Amino acid sequence: MQGSVTSEKKKVSRWPDKLVPAFLFSSSLLTVLTTVGIVLVLLSETLRFFGEVSLLEFLTSTKWTPQFADKNFGILPLLNGTLMITVIASLVAIPIGLGTAIYLSEYAPEKVRKVVKPILEILAGVPTIVYGYFALTFVTPLIRGIIPDTSVYNALSASLVVGIMILPMVASLSEDAMLAVPRSLRNGAYALGATRFEVALRVVVPAALSGIIASFVLALSRAIGETMIVTIAAGALAQVTMNPLESVQTMTAFIVNISLGDVEPGSIESRSIFAVGMTLFVMTLGLNLIAQFISRRYKEEY
Amino acid sequence: MNKLRKIKDTAYKWVFFAATLFGMLALVVLVIDIIYQGMPRLNWDFINNFPSYNPERSGIKAALWGSIWVIVLTAPMALVLGVSTALYLEEYAKKNWFTRLVQTNISNLAGVPSIIYGILGLALFVRAMSLGPSILAGAFTMALLVLPIVVVAAQEAIRAVPQTLRHGAYALGASKWQTIRGIVLPSAAPGILTGMILSLSRAIGETAPLVVVGAFVFVRFVPEDPLDKFTVLPIQIYSWVSQPKQEFHELAASGIIILLVVLLLMNATAVFLRNKYQKRF
Repeated sequence: MQGSVTSEKKKVSRWPDKLVPAFLFSSSLLTVLTTVGIVLVLLSETLRFFGEVSLLEFLTSTKWTPQFADKNFGILPLLNGTLMITVIASLVAIPIGLGTAIYLSEYAPEKVRKVVKPILEILAGVPTIVYGYFALTFVTPLIRGIIPDTSVYNALSASLVVGIMILPMVASLSEDAMLAVPRSLRNGAYALGATRFEVALRVVVPAALSGIIASFVLALSRAIGETMIVTIAAGALAQVTMNPLESVQTMTAFIVNISLGDVEPGSIESRSIFAVGMTLFVMTLGLNLIAQFISRRYKEEY
Repeated sequence: MNKLRKIKDTAYKWVFFAATLFGMLALVVLVIDIIYQGMPRLNWDFINNFPSYNPERSGIKAALWGSIWVIVLTAPMALVLGVSTALYLEEYAKKNWFTRLVQTNISNLAGVPSIIYGILGLALFVRAMSLGPSILAGAFTMALLVLPIVVVAAQEAIRAVPQTLRHGAYALGASKWQTIRGIVLPSAAPGILTGMILSLSRAIGETAPLVVVGAFVFVRFVPEDPLDKFTVLPIQIYSWVSQPKQEFHELAASGIIILLVVLLLMNATAVFLRNKYQKRF
């Protein structure tokens, strides 16, 4: 009698050990389901989109006019805009970010590091809408002061600010990689009479190269997916151009523009955002996987 | 020859220093520009007025309440799901292909552009679940968006709890769940909370996903239940920035000041919590 009561008590107090793992497991499944959901949603609507628009037109036409009477669905103008922003932003963020990382890890006294690191974190935490405001109301007038025939909405202003946005990412990830290079390697080089610059360039950067390149690739991916800065400052003109002083439309800015308008769900315009989203997703996913691969595959072991 | 190398060394020191200065200078210019533009219009009326076509009487009341609604609904969802996932991965999961898949998947989700989450939210919550462009649909979307950040932060916090504490609990006869509830979670709580606050501050600043979900740009009411239409601070700021008139740009700057103050307070809280409760084992 007594025994059965205690065993029952035991059963009652131990039930969480059976149920909790199941609950926790199903929670972790949700992250997988999110990815599955993203892929399914993008894929199903994209396939319907390609029921009406030929894949060939999508990939080769240089006209993107989903909201005109004469509808054209060529992704090239949006790709052109996106890539132009990404390239110029990288030209800003990669050298400056790498310079910052080298300064912080090789030159800076501890006191300076302690000030600069949190400031970089703040820069990384600034919402992109704020950067967008900054691009349109500060950087654009600055550019137009220097080159007067620049469009009000132009790729240059947006991409410079996207560069500032991804700068902390390059700086901080590269610095992490450089900090992981052991002191003994540096000391060996110093013992041979190398200067700090030589140590940084010939020892530390090569040793940390995988991490540094991974940070570049992640920053590229972030620039491609950035939305509000380009929506506000780069304009809404989907065109193929090499001139950064003109308006361009990026893939993300197009999605925002359609979302703000009144489009029927199920219409071809509405579906086009899924096709563009799919293109964006595939590009950024590819870059993210490459970055992971680089930092895993080429990780130097000491 | 040696002298030349020394000069080169010093020269590059200044080049790298200038690069470092660039980022900080950008932040200073940005903050000064916003304060200069936004301060004059920042007053009680601005906080307590609805948006209006007249810039003199326009304010952020609807957006402020919308942001509060979204965060209040997002936080518990993200917290429960994020901590559960982290607990599963750290305490229960065996090292097999499925665990690796979940882990890789989480780091990939963290790199998915936020606007893609907006598209997911639009198709899944707004249309398939017929929630419409409501606060609830927005909060679901935001919860999924910040989930990877919460999971990673919680995992780090749980991993930092030393094994000896767990073994101590087991030695006293505690079950696995009792150990987690009584020892692991309380020890990891400050770290989890810090990660949670940082992820919510990300959610407060996000604009694009909620635009895609269909948050209204022109809302002149305070939402009253989770199925109401809504707008949030960043979207209100966006709608002002996209007006051509200078007065609206100033309103945008005032809105940005409010947004940045909120974010600063949240980050300060996170730093405070981290410093106060950081335990060294």
